[in-house]
Amino acid sequence: MSLIEIRDLVREYVIGGQVIRALNGVNLTIERGEFVAIMGPSGSGKSTMMNMIGCLDVPTSGRYVLDGYDVSALSEDQLAELRNQKIGFVFQNFNLLLRMTALENVELPMLYAGVPPRERRDRAMEALERVGLKDRMHNRPNELSGGQQQRVSIARALVNHPVLLLADEPTGALDSRTTEDILGLFEELHEQGNTIVLVTHEPDVGQRAKRIVRFRDGRVEADEWMGADLGTAEDGAAAEETAAGTAEADAPRTGREVARRGD
Amino acid sequence: MAIEIIRVAWRSLRSNKLRSFLTMLGIIIGVMAVILSSAIGLGTKNGVTKSVESLGSNVLTVMRGSAQSRGISQGVGSATTMTADDVQQILDQDPDVAYASPVVTTNAQVVYGSNNTNTSIVGTNDSYAAIRNVTMQQGRYLMAQDVMTASHVAVLGSSVAQTLFGGRNPVGETILIQSIPFEVIGVAAPQGASGLASADDMINIPYTTEMSLLTGNNRISQIVASAKSPDVMYRAQLEIESTLRVAHQLKAGMADDFNILNQTTVLNTLGNITQMLTILLDGISAISLLVGGIGIMNIMLVSVTERTREIGIRKAIGAKKGVILFQFLLESLTLSVAGALLGVAIGGIGALVAGRLMNSGNLFSPVAAGLGVVFSVVIGIVFGVYPARKAANLKPIDALRFE
Repeated sequence: MSLIEIRDLVREYVIGGQVIRALNGVNLTIERGEFVAIMGPSGSGKSTMMNMIGCLDVPTSGRYVLDGYDVSALSEDQLAELRNQKIGFVFQNFNLLLRMTALENVELPMLYAGVPPRERRDRAMEALERVGLKDRMHNRPNELSGGQQQRVSIARALVNHPVLLLADEPTGALDSRTTEDILGLFEELHEQGNTIVLVTHEPDVGQRAKRIVRFRDGRVEADEWMGADLGTAEDGAAAEETAAGTAEADAPRTGREVARRGD
Repeated sequence: MAIEIIRVAWRSLRSNKLRSFLTMLGIIIGVMAVILSSAIGLGTKNGVTKSVESLGSNVLTVMRGSAQSRGISQGVGSATTMTADDVQQILDQDPDVAYASPVVTTNAQVVYGSNNTNTSIVGTNDSYAAIRNVTMQQGRYLMAQDVMTASHVAVLGSSVAQTLFGGRNPVGETILIQSIPFEVIGVAAPQGASGLASADDMINIPYTTEMSLLTGNNRISQIVASAKSPDVMYRAQLEIESTLRVAHQLKAGMADDFNILNQTTVLNTLGNITQMLTILLDGISAISLLVGGIGIMNIMLVSVTERTREIGIRKAIGAKKGVILFQFLLESLTLSVAGALLGVAIGGIGALVAGRLMNSGNLFSPVAAGLGVVFSVVIGIVFGVYPARKAANLKPIDALRFE
């Protein structure tokens, strides 16, 4: 079973009495261990897609199955639990809580997961160590540089061992050197077996992924595999259909078991 | 998790200290007002009771009623039927009456040396001291002998003694009451004012003397009596009424030509007045608490808007509705409870000060304090629910997008 299965996904918004179709029949399959970039110009529906994949929003119609859970059938609280257990978010503007230290920020997802305090602390420290911020864990976000803040938010995203790391323009607020750092970190995490979906409009950020899904007008315009290890780049609507099939065949490296069933 | 949420709420309140304090102020003032109003009410009641009781406990006063002249009432106090014999009959016939004294009152000019004053001359007998709780500062009170012989002796109220003699000892001196010489035999200790009349601004002389020298008739203005205990006040009142009706030869169906004033009734009336006062103050306190609650709601709504993004982040990483609801509810609850406790502290100090000022002991009422706190908690919840629900119902994407 694929990690993400999206079929005929439609999301409509009603703005000023007018129905706007942000996503217009999207089909997409993502396997465990993939590193996918979702790209497209503004208004292409990629942000809506990111909200959908992140379970922050629910589709108007169509199906979205994440790690075996049919998202469209879940209540608000069940979605919260799903986000907590399955998804690690990395945002463009970090979205850290300013009144808390880096350590407390990283502890937060575990707090909502009901992890006991001691274990919470240990795991948060471990996660911060992993992103190279062990010595800054008692600093508050405004005492950290942009790159460091993004590392804190990556640590926060990883700490509940999610099956999916979802990054929304993670380098949008960073300079080029820090961008390189963060992208390097993502590659490293990918090599360790994490599934990463990265939403961006910057081509050179997108190039770092192994697969690029391009959006235009609320549809998948192209689905390309990059680099040597995953071969063929295809384009056009045809790719959507084959994506599901071929992905199964080229089952990606699983590195390490990251999937943790919600209880 | 609950402890964590409490910590989050506490931290958010602490990071806005001034705002939190100002928000609490309404509750602080409300709870303080509840405690103070009960303190003032209790203090007033104590004070009134004390000053009435200082003029004697279990006192029944028989006043002259209206005379009926061929079916036409002559107005209160016009009846002239009460005599010293009535007093004797009450003492002889009424088992629940401990003491009874006739009272004859008139106003007169009093002179000592170059000082003079106009005061009320109260003619009575030796029992009066027991009924009215008169204690002596100097000298002695009237005795039965003085009344029998209608001797020219006077007991001065403390303020009269002060006016006529200044600091000197009046006992043994001679004063002139309407130019008639009287020997001062004692000075009464101060009793304080009761209503308009001061019990200290008068002179007691034997009623027999007053009748023969000052009023010139044998009518008395009042009978004061005391019941044997507070429990038999009403029975004593009924006994006096029937004795007087017989003595005055009133037929069935004829109205009393006297009125009996029961001290318990007076106390109850005064008690009702202080209770009204307390209810009024309590009403004001309740309004203050209500306004305080609205203040909390207002600030919590501002806080929810300010922290929309924070709420979005928390929801995105897995906070359920209930957690957010609880967090914000807890903040408003913390505000109201902290405000209530501060109010209890300040109100408690106020009650202590009021107790000192009113000379009335401990006026801090734990019941009022408890009521204030409970009411504040209810207000914290009631006015906290709406903002907290608003926060909990935010959609994560809208909250994250909020700048």
